[in-house]
Amino acid sequence: MAQFFPKGQVMGFIFSLVLTVVAMLVYFLDMSFGMGMAVLIITAFLQATLQLVVFMHAGESEDKWAIYINVLYGMVIAVMTVFGSLLIFNWDM
Amino acid sequence: MEFFERFAIPHPSFLIYMAMISIVLGAIVIVAGITYFKKWGYLWREWITTVDHKKIGIMYLIVALVMLFRGGVDAVMLRYQLAMPENTFLDSQHYNEVFTTHGVVMILFMAMPFIIFFFNFLVPLQIGARDVAFPRLNSLSFWLFFMGMGLFNLSFIVGGSPDAGWTSYFPLAGNEFSTSVGTNYYMISLQIAGLGTLMTGINFMTTIFRMRAPGMTLMRMPMFTWSALIANVIIVFAFPVLTVALAMGTLDRLAGTQFFTTDNGGMDMLWANLFWVWGHPEVYILILPAFGLYSEIIPVFARRNLYGYTSMVFSMIIISVFSFGVWTHHFFTMGQGALTNSVFSITTMAIAIPTGVKIFNWLFTLYKGKIEMTTPMLYAMLFIPLFTLGGVTGVMLAMSAADYQYHNSMFLVAHFHNVIIPGVVYAMLAGLTFYWPKLFGFMLNEKIGKATAWVMSIGFVLAFIPMYITGLDGQPRRGYTYSEVTGYSTLNMVAFIGSIIMTISFLMLVYNIYYSFRYASRDISSDPWDARSLEWATNTPIPEYNFAVTPQIKSREAFWDHKYGGKDMDLFAGQKIERIHMPNKSGVPFIMNVFFFILGFCLIFSIWIGAIIGLIGVLGCMLHRSFEDDHGFYFEVEEIEEIEREKRGAIK
Repeated sequence: MAQFFPKGQVMGFIFSLVLTVVAMLVYFLDMSFGMGMAVLIITAFLQATLQLVVFMHAGESEDKWAIYINVLYGMVIAVMTVFGSLLIFNWDM
Repeated sequence: MEFFERFAIPHPSFLIYMAMISIVLGAIVIVAGITYFKKWGYLWREWITTVDHKKIGIMYLIVALVMLFRGGVDAVMLRYQLAMPENTFLDSQHYNEVFTTHGVVMILFMAMPFIIFFFNFLVPLQIGARDVAFPRLNSLSFWLFFMGMGLFNLSFIVGGSPDAGWTSYFPLAGNEFSTSVGTNYYMISLQIAGLGTLMTGINFMTTIFRMRAPGMTLMRMPMFTWSALIANVIIVFAFPVLTVALAMGTLDRLAGTQFFTTDNGGMDMLWANLFWVWGHPEVYILILPAFGLYSEIIPVFARRNLYGYTSMVFSMIIISVFSFGVWTHHFFTMGQGALTNSVFSITTMAIAIPTGVKIFNWLFTLYKGKIEMTTPMLYAMLFIPLFTLGGVTGVMLAMSAADYQYHNSMFLVAHFHNVIIPGVVYAMLAGLTFYWPKLFGFMLNEKIGKATAWVMSIGFVLAFIPMYITGLDGQPRRGYTYSEVTGYSTLNMVAFIGSIIMTISFLMLVYNIYYSFRYASRDISSDPWDARSLEWATNTPIPEYNFAVTPQIKSREAFWDHKYGGKDMDLFAGQKIERIHMPNKSGVPFIMNVFFFILGFCLIFSIWIGAIIGLIGVLGCMLHRSFEDDHGFYFEVEEIEEIEREKRGAIK
């Protein structure tokens, strides 16, 4: 029976719930703004990675490196766009 | 009557009335002609419902050529208006409308479909696939794009054209300053066409990653396929930004939100920011496939393999990252600080390095080659010096401090035409001439073709080099007239003459197609240029399934080695014909996009009931697709053998 039990998925599900709870704590606990943002960003990226690997099976095909490179590329682009816009409008306007 | 008043043109003129009459008459002639020759069934069966990547590609090509004509007419009107000081051919409102539609049509409805034509036609052939990964989605992409294009062109005669520039900056594009429905047309039709492009991007990324023939590793892919892969990756990451920006702009105009307004917490500069976060990568979406085509053409006619394949690939990958890091250079003067401008100046200059690597690679490919100056090669040879000139002025513009002098002047207009025309348009025409025999089974006339390239280049130099000078002298862009004392008139007259010469070259291209259609020999091989990559290994005309047996790729220039590399490089050796699984035709994508058209049109005019009907139609078609049982069909072995015999097949 053991080989039919989706152990990875169940563990992943529990871990994703834990991450959600940790992110929610930012609202309920009295944290500084920087601390709160740090917690949110870290849990968000962990959550996204978890969903991608465990539930969307990113690492299970032959060309998994293509998927990972694309994800990494997307993250680089997102970071560049967000921080570039912040630079333009907030930090240097 | 009140209901119909909204469809009237707010600022009509004699020219627009004439255009309305000619469009209505033209439509009647086309409908009557199709009915008279009983072609409706043919049109429906063979074209509208097709999912074949080659036919969808040809439809993209037709749209691109028609739009090249439309955008070209706009361009000549603009140049005629500016040819003489205080000219009254167009008034300021019409001038605004014409330069707006010229920009949108040329970038989004001419250059984009032209490169997507090459994606569709070439990528599956170059990687040895039977079709794209999602053939039905491909058809949906085309019809989305087609309806967006149709909607945008309708603005000219129903409701008034957009007039806020192709960048449509807020607050000018907001309700306060753009009161006609023109900017609604811009927002909605670009949204619909953009969705189609986004789907194309996903489709071709998947196709290239998953459907390559056995043995074709990524580093054995033909250079055009590499450029298509990179361009489609950029599409997938850049177009969502446009989608979001357009959705916010639409909400601002139709639903009274305050994203880009100047008060109530709105931020008009955010539009410029989002527009160029998409807009700059868009430039590379256009130019990379053009580079890919040059990389296909130059080795064939230099009779040498491409110099620096690996560095070509890496320069494109670097461009794909850098292209997202330079967008601020489109608005250096918007008011951000010197630090930001310096950062983006440096990234902008840095992007010239990978581009320079590519130029040198082409030059080294030519070095010691046995150069054969055919029409496609002539375009490529004219491209290198003219494009380099445009690149150098680009680096000039990249200096943010100096940009305060250049910005909003004709210098900028000259720069981007100088990169887009020799870069993209020449590549498209070179590629079209190069692949014409594969498309239609005859070659375009070489003499007329070469003359076209030369006439076009002379026209180009006359039309755009004077703008550099008047721009440095201070002539603003988008100004509809100027007074005699400014001294711009002589050079503007030269530019107008240049634009007329470019028009002549376009007519020569059309005449070449007509002349070659009538007189060119049909007795050509399926590989008339003695080319190097896999698309030339198919029969001409290409059967629906492309390759009767899957080619086995053993080297980078698979077809060249197949021809000259000896027995063990044979692409098809030891392969047996097996039954081939192909996708079914479908009319649903077309019908769905008729509803999309209704939805878009009604949104533009705020006819909510019509919009709801359109939306229900769209959702209904999606629902239909979810429950549809479609397993495709098979070409049986005998059928394939019959087709291959008829085409005097490639397989012995």
